[in-house]
Amino acid sequence: MKILVCISNVPDTTTKITFTNDNTQFNTAGVQFIVNPYDEIALSRAIELCESGKGTVTVINVGESQTEPTIRKALAIGADDAVRINATPRDAYFTAYQIAEYAKTTEFDMILCGRESIDYNGSQVAAMIGEFLDIPSISIIKKLDYDGTTATIDREIEGGKEVVSVTGRFIASCAEGTAEPKIPNMRGIMSARTKPLVVVEAKEIEQVAKVQQFETPPPRGAVKLVPAEETAKLIDLLHQEAKVI
Amino acid sequence: MSVLVYVEQVDGKFKKSVFEAVSYAKAIADKQGGGLTAISIGNVDESELKALGKYGASKVLNVSNDQLKNFVNQAYASIIAEAAKKENADVVVLSNSFSGKGLAPRVAVKLKAGLVDGAVELPQLDGGKFLVKKTAFSGKAFAITELTSAVKIIALNPNAFGVKESAVDAAVEAFNPEVKATDLTAIVKEIVRATNKVSLPDAELVVSAGRGLKGPENWGMIEELADLLGAATACSKPVSDADWRPHSEHVGQTGIAISPNLYIAIGISGAIQHLAGVSSSKVIVVINKDPEAPFFKVADYGIVGDAFEVVPKLIEALKAHKG
Repeated sequence: MKILVCISNVPDTTTKITFTNDNTQFNTAGVQFIVNPYDEIALSRAIELCESGKGTVTVINVGESQTEPTIRKALAIGADDAVRINATPRDAYFTAYQIAEYAKTTEFDMILCGRESIDYNGSQVAAMIGEFLDIPSISIIKKLDYDGTTATIDREIEGGKEVVSVTGRFIASCAEGTAEPKIPNMRGIMSARTKPLVVVEAKEIEQVAKVQQFETPPPRGAVKLVPAEETAKLIDLLHQEAKVI
Repeated sequence: MSVLVYVEQVDGKFKKSVFEAVSYAKAIADKQGGGLTAISIGNVDESELKALGKYGASKVLNVSNDQLKNFVNQAYASIIAEAAKKENADVVVLSNSFSGKGLAPRVAVKLKAGLVDGAVELPQLDGGKFLVKKTAFSGKAFAITELTSAVKIIALNPNAFGVKESAVDAAVEAFNPEVKATDLTAIVKEIVRATNKVSLPDAELVVSAGRGLKGPENWGMIEELADLLGAATACSKPVSDADWRPHSEHVGQTGIAISPNLYIAIGISGAIQHLAGVSSSKVIVVINKDPEAPFFKVADYGIVGDAFEVVPKLIEALKAHKG
């Protein structure tokens, strides 16, 4: 069995988000980059499915050379090898196209990725890859079992879940619940340095979306404190002033 | 030039988020001076389809097919793309729901279209550009994104636009595009849905609690408060990590981002990752015994007090308010 896992290089979750160049670029100064937390869940599930020699896990990243520490982290967690497609991931359409083009050149049984990246929050790449490859895509899953030919998947829906069965190749985007994120151990970190990391060049495709400007949310006014002994007043304020109940 | 909106049915009915998507699509159609068509897939009654006229859909394409009764991502995406071609639509609108997130990217590739998901405002059509504002960095920022393709796709965040009525007569038309067998390979085996609870992603009111509650056995009062308000329940990451509550309730940077009209946070200190997921809530109420909790800095209303004393009083006051 071979599983491809797509990983995105994103700012750490504690990052304070600021912008430069007249709010057109994310300010990366002093920012620590990590494997996108949802992709880490996908990677962890892939490693579990391939445990005890049942298969191999290849991680794929679309990025320039500065993403290699993040790729090595994924190798330290337990991926067997890595592919970096050498380009700036300018939008989801571009990124999905690059990964799909690479996937066409290799064998695989399934492709896993995170439900969305925590920077652009697109949740687009997985389903786009599915469409480019004309294989089923199951977006935002919380459980994945695989018997070698058929996958049984819990997909998140509003207020519950849908159990989906798919036979043959597919792609799924993983959310919390699919696996506990694995933490790299010392042996993993040591072996990550020497695991294969192949760099391939990107293919050109027309641009369809472009971020023109970023904004930060407007600051909120000062908090209005209600004394604990006058709790009932809060209901009046929410009803009469805020008009939300 | 026209706008197509996908109307997602649940058990043959439309939810508020669908009326919101139709209202939003209607506003775009009006801006562009074109018509609005809705596309429904699954078995929905004619009266339910006609009711979409109330929000501005003058035409409803109805795909009624037993094979498509349940959601099949690939087949649904193919049908929406076919409908867009048939209607000559240059804008396609969907709800940014769980199913919408699966559909919109596939429709985008089929139509070679740019996609903005998590849209929070109407597109700006200045100087021939098509700009859409969306949430980014898990709610810590917005990104104004330009779509440069001929066809544009927008997935609208719940509660971002509101439901707006603009009554027109909706003509319902049967639509039966061919469905490829290869589009039907993923099969829904079972659907499990709690019908007695408000679903969190599109809830208007949310009651959320954190580690301050001390243990899962103390959630009774949170659920009672939520029930009285007609609100969904949510929680912070440590709570779902400890399995006190299911992961589907975790709001924040690695859970889900929500934008309800009212978010009540009880016993949650307000770590940056949590704030990211809830910062676009219209009104935030924080109840915490620590006056230094960072959550108070982004709250509209606050009570400094012990949740175990404040929440029962709130429940009492709410009962009195409702009479």
